[in-house]
Amino acid sequence: MSALVNRERLRVVCYSLLLAVIFLAIWQASVAGNKPGKGLPGPAAVAGTAAEMLANPFYDRGPNDKGIGLQFLSSLGRLAIGYLTASVTAILLGVFLGLSPTLYRAVNPYVQILKPISPLAWMPLFLYTIKDSAWAAVLVIFMSSLWPTLANTAFGVATIKRDYLNVAAILQLSWWRRLITVILPGAAPAVVAGLRISIGSAWVAIVAAEMLIGGTGVGYFVWNEWNNLQLTSVIFAILAIGLIGVLLDAGLGKLSRRFAFSD
Amino acid sequence: MTFLEIDHVTKHFPAPDGRGALCVFRDVAFALDAGEFLTMVGHSGCGKSTLLNIVAGLERPSAGGVVLEGREIKGPGIDRMVVFQNFALMPWLTVFDNVRVAVRAAHPSWRTARVTEWVQRYVDMVGLGGAEQKRPAALSGGMRQRVGLARAFSTEPKVLLLDEPFAQIDALTRGVIQDELVRMWTASRNTVFMVTHDVDEAILLSDRIALMTSGPDARLAEIIDVKIPRPRTRAELIDDPEYLRLRTHILHFLMEVGRRSPVQDEVAASTGRAPVLTRPT
Repeated sequence: MSALVNRERLRVVCYSLLLAVIFLAIWQASVAGNKPGKGLPGPAAVAGTAAEMLANPFYDRGPNDKGIGLQFLSSLGRLAIGYLTASVTAILLGVFLGLSPTLYRAVNPYVQILKPISPLAWMPLFLYTIKDSAWAAVLVIFMSSLWPTLANTAFGVATIKRDYLNVAAILQLSWWRRLITVILPGAAPAVVAGLRISIGSAWVAIVAAEMLIGGTGVGYFVWNEWNNLQLTSVIFAILAIGLIGVLLDAGLGKLSRRFAFSD
Repeated sequence: MTFLEIDHVTKHFPAPDGRGALCVFRDVAFALDAGEFLTMVGHSGCGKSTLLNIVAGLERPSAGGVVLEGREIKGPGIDRMVVFQNFALMPWLTVFDNVRVAVRAAHPSWRTARVTEWVQRYVDMVGLGGAEQKRPAALSGGMRQRVGLARAFSTEPKVLLLDEPFAQIDALTRGVIQDELVRMWTASRNTVFMVTHDVDEAILLSDRIALMTSGPDARLAEIIDVKIPRPRTRAELIDDPEYLRLRTHILHFLMEVGRRSPVQDEVAASTGRAPVLTRPT
């Protein structure tokens, strides 16, 4: 049984690696005729730049020349502040909405209207009101990671099995105890699913936001390297953004397994 | 002395077509003495679980009320613990924590050590020592209901409400857990109100058995005494003439009300009187 599973896994890995090799070969072949510095760079050139940037990721030579590690750290810092505040807000609001069907129905139309708005659309308003581009970017992250967690939390709380709430009522648990022993754990799988969607959309939004505000961050880095026509850096940064996105998602995936339960 | 009084309770539900109300049961009145084990038997739909929920405070009666030790029941409370048909254990908590939530709720002033010791006592009592750290999903139905019993008994409630507690447990395990319940109840002597449609279970466990006619518009038909001396065991019960007499009586009753025609139902609903019943003696 487990030997079979292992063989299947091995086959998957082989196919994945094969796809990567084929893709890189086609890419390299299609740029082979280009003169150095002209046209799209090939994978070898990108790998060279990557090695160079990774050798010294945290150097700081003024506002327009910082290491890739520093850029990512400043993006992740923004992400952390915006995402965490949004998550706490969304979970609290979601619990209230989930507990009260009346409140839920009253608020739902506004959530539906606000949800499809690109978080970047808020940027001018944020820049005008708080007059600080760094915090405006954090607020964009906040807006991008609010709705999925809010909607999922409200849904998760509203669909907790009646039995569990009945037990809580019979035990006459205080509001706080009821929240932490019944409502939050009962809604946790839905909440974490929301958090997982949120961190994905926050990471998508931050690149665009940083392109707009400039200064620091991986979005700004991509834009700056494009202005310098350093396409190898741009391509490497794109790959790194994807990789970090995968890591963030995997972290939340781990969290979701911790909070999963079956009845 | 009357301990728990079901005082002329009627329950209506909104009718399925959205117009008017459907009467589940009407004018049900009886009383339990302290330490008494009373079981209500009836077909599905006679509202016996609804009545149990009303005693638990989870539902409100449409008319009448329930009085416990002279005070009317207005909502759920830890003095009336329910053992649910589908166990209602928190799946995210371990066996130990499921019981601990209840003990902590019953005794907020207890120190951690005392709570832990108390919980362990009840977990051991239902034979789940060693499975404390398991989640309910890892347990069989029988084991889950043991947790349910441990949780209910651990708070030493004034009234224990058992809502078809063994209906979802396979027949072989059911007997073992019934014995377990008898043992725990003999030690604690809680007042118990149980609903079931298992006649053998009712006779084995009860001091008195209340028989309900079929719903909608069900009534309390009669209450019979179970005069079989305790301790009772399932093995001895099989040959007991009193057991056979009661069993036959109850089964006849259930078949009789089960055969009730829709015409009779309509008459009963319009006149507000219970249909005529034939009672075997």
